[in-house]
Amino acid sequence: MAIEFNLPEAIATQQSAALMVAEHMMRPVSRHFDEHEHDIPWDFINGLWPVMRANPMFGAGESKPKNGDSGDKPKRTPIGNMTMIHLIEALSWGDAGIYLAAPGGGLGAAAIAAAGTTEQKQRFLARFRESEKPVWGSMAMTESQAGSDTSAIRTTAVRAGDEWVLNGEKIYCTAGRLSLEESAGLVVVWATIDPKAGRAGMRAFVVEAGTPGMKVAKLEHKLGIRASDTAAIVFTDCRIPLSNVLGSTEVVTAEQAAQPGGPKGFQGAMKTFDATRPAVAASALGITRATLELLHAKLLEAGYELRSDVPYHDMSAVERDFLDLEAQHRAAWLLTQKAAWLMDMGEPNTVEASVCKVKAGEAATLITQKAVEMLGPLGYSRELLIEKWMRDAKINDIFEGTGQINRLIIARRILGFSSRELK
Amino acid sequence: MISFSPTEEQSLIVDTLKRYAKDRLRKVFRDADEDGELPADLLAKGWELGLVGASIPEAYGGFGELSAVTGALALEELGWGDLSTALALEAPATFALPILAAGTEEQKQEWLARFSDETYPNATAAMLEPTIRFNPRQLQTTATASGDGYVLNGVKAYVPLASSAEHVLVYANEAGKTQAFIVPVSASGVSVGEREKLMGVRALDLGRLSLENVTVGGEGKLGGAAGINFDVLYARSQVALAALAVGVARGAYEYALDYARNRQAFGEAIGQRQSIAFMLAEMLVEIDGTRLMTWEAAWKLDQGEDALRAALLAKRTADKTVLMVTDRAVQILGGHGYIREFPVELWLRNARGFATFDGLAIV
Repeated sequence: MAIEFNLPEAIATQQSAALMVAEHMMRPVSRHFDEHEHDIPWDFINGLWPVMRANPMFGAGESKPKNGDSGDKPKRTPIGNMTMIHLIEALSWGDAGIYLAAPGGGLGAAAIAAAGTTEQKQRFLARFRESEKPVWGSMAMTESQAGSDTSAIRTTAVRAGDEWVLNGEKIYCTAGRLSLEESAGLVVVWATIDPKAGRAGMRAFVVEAGTPGMKVAKLEHKLGIRASDTAAIVFTDCRIPLSNVLGSTEVVTAEQAAQPGGPKGFQGAMKTFDATRPAVAASALGITRATLELLHAKLLEAGYELRSDVPYHDMSAVERDFLDLEAQHRAAWLLTQKAAWLMDMGEPNTVEASVCKVKAGEAATLITQKAVEMLGPLGYSRELLIEKWMRDAKINDIFEGTGQINRLIIARRILGFSSRELK
Repeated sequence: MISFSPTEEQSLIVDTLKRYAKDRLRKVFRDADEDGELPADLLAKGWELGLVGASIPEAYGGFGELSAVTGALALEELGWGDLSTALALEAPATFALPILAAGTEEQKQEWLARFSDETYPNATAAMLEPTIRFNPRQLQTTATASGDGYVLNGVKAYVPLASSAEHVLVYANEAGKTQAFIVPVSASGVSVGEREKLMGVRALDLGRLSLENVTVGGEGKLGGAAGINFDVLYARSQVALAALAVGVARGAYEYALDYARNRQAFGEAIGQRQSIAFMLAEMLVEIDGTRLMTWEAAWKLDQGEDALRAALLAKRTADKTVLMVTDRAVQILGGHGYIREFPVELWLRNARGFATFDGLAIV
């Protein structure tokens, strides 16, 4: 090992393919799907599906062998997460909303892959490899009174014979409609099996499309990423097989779960955030790179110089602004790569995943907002995509843990305080 | 391959310097700052670690190779220990490494061997000038071709260990381009002025150097008649300073983190309040990001790639990060932060210097 920054050939090849898709299948329809919210980008979806289903890292959920677990095969350095963030970055450079509508297992499959049994992985994940038609998986966690505070979830799962009965209402489920109404997909639903137990009673349940008692009740209208549906899902006596619960059915206290080899309930699936936070950061930085590229071109067109060989105190204000934006982007992207690399190395990356998410969420927000300002009447106009990218970027400081929640996660880890000690 | 783990050899160097920084620099840095000088044997001992020799290949009497990445790793640890000492140990490097990177074969043969000796060599470099419009690419110090050599005129500022230096690598403006010249302090027309009185790095001897019609032979121009690619040397300098800044920032962050964990107020540790905890989380984010930018620029230099922009971005980011982090460390310590019995005010004073420092270190 060494400290190196050259992109492996295998990733570079896939990245340029993704950039082709981004340039030719996403950018030309970007504005249309922003202005026609809830239209579905079928051309993009159908074009991408054969690629996605052939690619296990996009949510088909095949677990990768751990380091040194590769049998007789020559040992290769795993690059799954590094590849994934580069592809997400490239697709989001095309359009972050359309990227979120890309078919595949998404967060739902990620949770199943992280916390499911072998039987569950086979039963639920095969569709993401085998289906002829595009399929989506999604995750339903948020409720109207439970956002960052997931212990406030009220959706219940009650055991009745050999079934679970779900009741409650979920909101803000990304690709909920695509998963449940437009494909034979699934949603992973968080519910409590013991409302008095807080997080210890929280479990994830797999509900397949077409299950009676589950209904997509509403599609949200959003500030940005409008090509991606954000669904409210209502469960009314929705019955699913007992075997659809992920992980143990015991009520597991936090203390029990913290034991080495102890039962994993909520904590087990929280691990998926270690992979999804760098993914969100990568998406944010795809939008950001697109913004910086267009900003750079427009500034040069307008006659500004963007020099590297003059002292900071001799640069124009525009030159300084651009330099600082570029630096923010670079720092965020390197932090994201580091978080993904640690994951590939099989190392713990909870802190680094939150670090890159904090930096990328903030950088994307700041950079896109500043770009609108710097481009004046062009920036604010809907004729360019800059204003759209500003609206798209903002979500990245909110979903998969707000900037504040991720600061809290970092702070608890570095200070060594529990969630009770540092609220 | 994108990868973030140092080689075994680099880890060994880092571990050695971590120990040196903790056991030696952290023991003396406050007194040295108050006294305005480094302990007599500190540089001699530090020099024995072979920092510069490890950058020089065997062919020139050294025992390693020039690597900006390794240099960045090393300087972070020294910066963590004490910035004044780190810059004093770097002074000979600012003379030797440009010769190694950009000198002619004759210059390398003549000068480099002494930098692997056990005795600290009294050599340094002079880049900064006493003007707020300082521009390293449009220096006010001039070098004018004359016969086979050059005549140098001008005033240099912040020259490390100026009072004891025997040889100085002087950067000067020759026909609009920045070139470097090897100048013996004993040469006619060279005078060492007063020591700079500064806000920080007070243990470090930084002085003025005046050059009045100083004659340098043709062999004294770095890189010979063709001269140097200043952009590359300047990028090496920016990376070195960025790495030192990361080290200073990390030291202040770790101190503030420990303080926040233990200091009690309102019946709990102050780190249990988000206002403090979030500051610390953000400090970590900025330090880690700055470090990676520094490594990336260093790696580009080692690859022989154009590192102009990457080094500029890393240095600018480091300037901001180290100031933000050390200021917050003072803030987290509150009243204690302002008192000289605690180290953080010293680190804040040192941190503010990075935006000014130019040419004081190199990898």
